[in-house]
Amino acid sequence: MVKRHFDYEEKYKNLQGKFEELQELSKNLQFDLTNEFKLMEKKMKDIRDNKYQNLTAWEKILLSRHQERPTVRDYIEFIFDDWIEMHGDRCYGDDRAVIGGIASLKGIPVTVLGHQKGRGTNENLHTNFGMPHPEGYRKVERLILQAEKFKRPVLTLIDTPGAYPGVGAEERGQAGAIAQVLMTLCSLKVPIISAVTGEGGSGGALALAVCDRLLMLSNSVFSVASAEACASIIWKDAGRAEEMASALKLTAQDIKDLGIADEIIEEPMGGAHKDFETMAKKLEESLVSNLKELLALESHELNEQRYKRLRQIGRFQEN
Amino acid sequence: MLKSAFGKQKLIPIPDSREYMQSTEKDVGREKCPSCSRRVSELELKENHKVCPECQYHFSMTAWERIHFMADPDTFQEFNSDLRSINILDFPGYDEKLESAMKQTGLKEALVTGQCTIGGYPVILGTMDSRFMMASMGSVAGEKVCRAVEKAIDLKIPLILCTASGGARMQEGMLSLMQMAKTSAVLDRFHQQGLLYMTLLTNPTTGGVSASFASLADIILAEPGALIGFAGPRVIKQTISEILPADFQKAEFMLKHGMVDKIVNRLVLKDTVESLLRLHLGGKNG
Ligand SMILES: [Zn+2]
Repeated sequence: MVKRHFDYEEKYKNLQGKFEELQELSKNLQFDLTNEFKLMEKKMKDIRDNKYQNLTAWEKILLSRHQERPTVRDYIEFIFDDWIEMHGDRCYGDDRAVIGGIASLKGIPVTVLGHQKGRGTNENLHTNFGMPHPEGYRKVERLILQAEKFKRPVLTLIDTPGAYPGVGAEERGQAGAIAQVLMTLCSLKVPIISAVTGEGGSGGALALAVCDRLLMLSNSVFSVASAEACASIIWKDAGRAEEMASALKLTAQDIKDLGIADEIIEEPMGGAHKDFETMAKKLEESLVSNLKELLALESHELNEQRYKRLRQIGRFQEN
Repeated sequence: MLKSAFGKQKLIPIPDSREYMQSTEKDVGREKCPSCSRRVSELELKENHKVCPECQYHFSMTAWERIHFMADPDTFQEFNSDLRSINILDFPGYDEKLESAMKQTGLKEALVTGQCTIGGYPVILGTMDSRFMMASMGSVAGEKVCRAVEKAIDLKIPLILCTASGGARMQEGMLSLMQMAKTSAVLDRFHQQGLLYMTLLTNPTTGGVSASFASLADIILAEPGALIGFAGPRVIKQTISEILPADFQKAEFMLKHGMVDKIVNRLVLKDTVESLLRLHLGGKNG
């Protein structure tokens, strides 16, 4: 059976509860166990630290999809001032799986875009689980061109299982919409910073990840396709998703080692949802410092760097 | 040398789809048309450019069959034929898969690129071979597309890519996904030069290839009946658990929904491509 939930925190809480009970009981005893308890407590903490430092790829996937994980809108509302959301692709509709708008980051006007997952079933039905349709990508296209016109940097936050696979999505040109955004981002004349805050799934995520700096939260993942899909396609066995997760090299550290991500932003103990404020502040700091560096570059330098950055990706043998 | 080796290979009948495999011994040399079930002889098929004479079903062409079909005789010069995939992620079974695909196809990768003339016009031509791991795009395919584009920019000549692909090469993880961005970046530069880029979408063109270079052409042609789309029909079926429209994701469906410029029967494909080249480049052949 594939493990479906990340439950270490639950275990830890139970353990701690039992430990406290034990401490309470020991008060009636004649001898002093303080030192033993201190040792035990330290051991519990060490095991927990150790656990979080050695999460498997699959555990990170589960954390990146955790029910309580902060959504993109949470980050936007915390980090930016004067956030004004813009809607629609001016053609078909407004895709609630991708949100975009204008805001201020420490006084600098920026265009912010991101995938929006929901919390719970109702919200997720509203946002289609953060899985965009073509109109979502066309909204992105519209807003990044608008950003370029007004020389606003573009910041994207990534958290999606992927672009939506459905009849309507195909009828309205999912492939072409994604391809167009990819190409527009490549030549955009303003700085682009992307941060994977949760799940980076496939082409649907990549469409928001063509950038000058790619940041990843430490428990976020970025994958060519979901581990489940890869396991069922390559191994014809969705039950081996856990094993596939490791094989795909999709953790933040893997992506940095592959030369695709630039920076890993360490999450609080237990994951981003355990201390949202600290997490959001860290992300904000990173966005601000990276943006300052990029704003110092001339637009043609920026473009040349982005081009080189993309052009060199890939490993092969030539002889 | 390499070319002649492939030339020889061309004569060996190569199964292109499962239907071929199921043919019984008495049908050797006769292929069953998956559409109308007629047994078509090898010679008939070859003379008709692998189009069923009965129902016009377009059988898949291999990368080299496509090149010999599209390029003027003896003009194709392959480049970057020595690029090979490596198992950079140590992905279990990838080396073996590459090995057997190379053995089966005689190719080093799923994409063949080079320079040739079509109707006398110099062009850069690329073709994909779905027998090679479903022509999934990994680092090599991405790099070869980029180099082909750069060559076309250098020579200021049109670029024609005949696509077929099941999507990204999962065995290369994120390196394969990023090839979508990389090919898009290079194509953006190509378009800035005012050069002509055409794609011919053949069966199947899906996933990462359809959501990058296949869709970024000035003119998008498609072969009749070709499966074209972003998500594969199986994935969609699983997700929505509804009955899909009969022609769903076929070239005809994509034409109806405005996603391709024109569906071109293979028997008039070369004429159509030549006309398009003439309209863009002017000159003879009028
Ligand atoms: Zn037929």
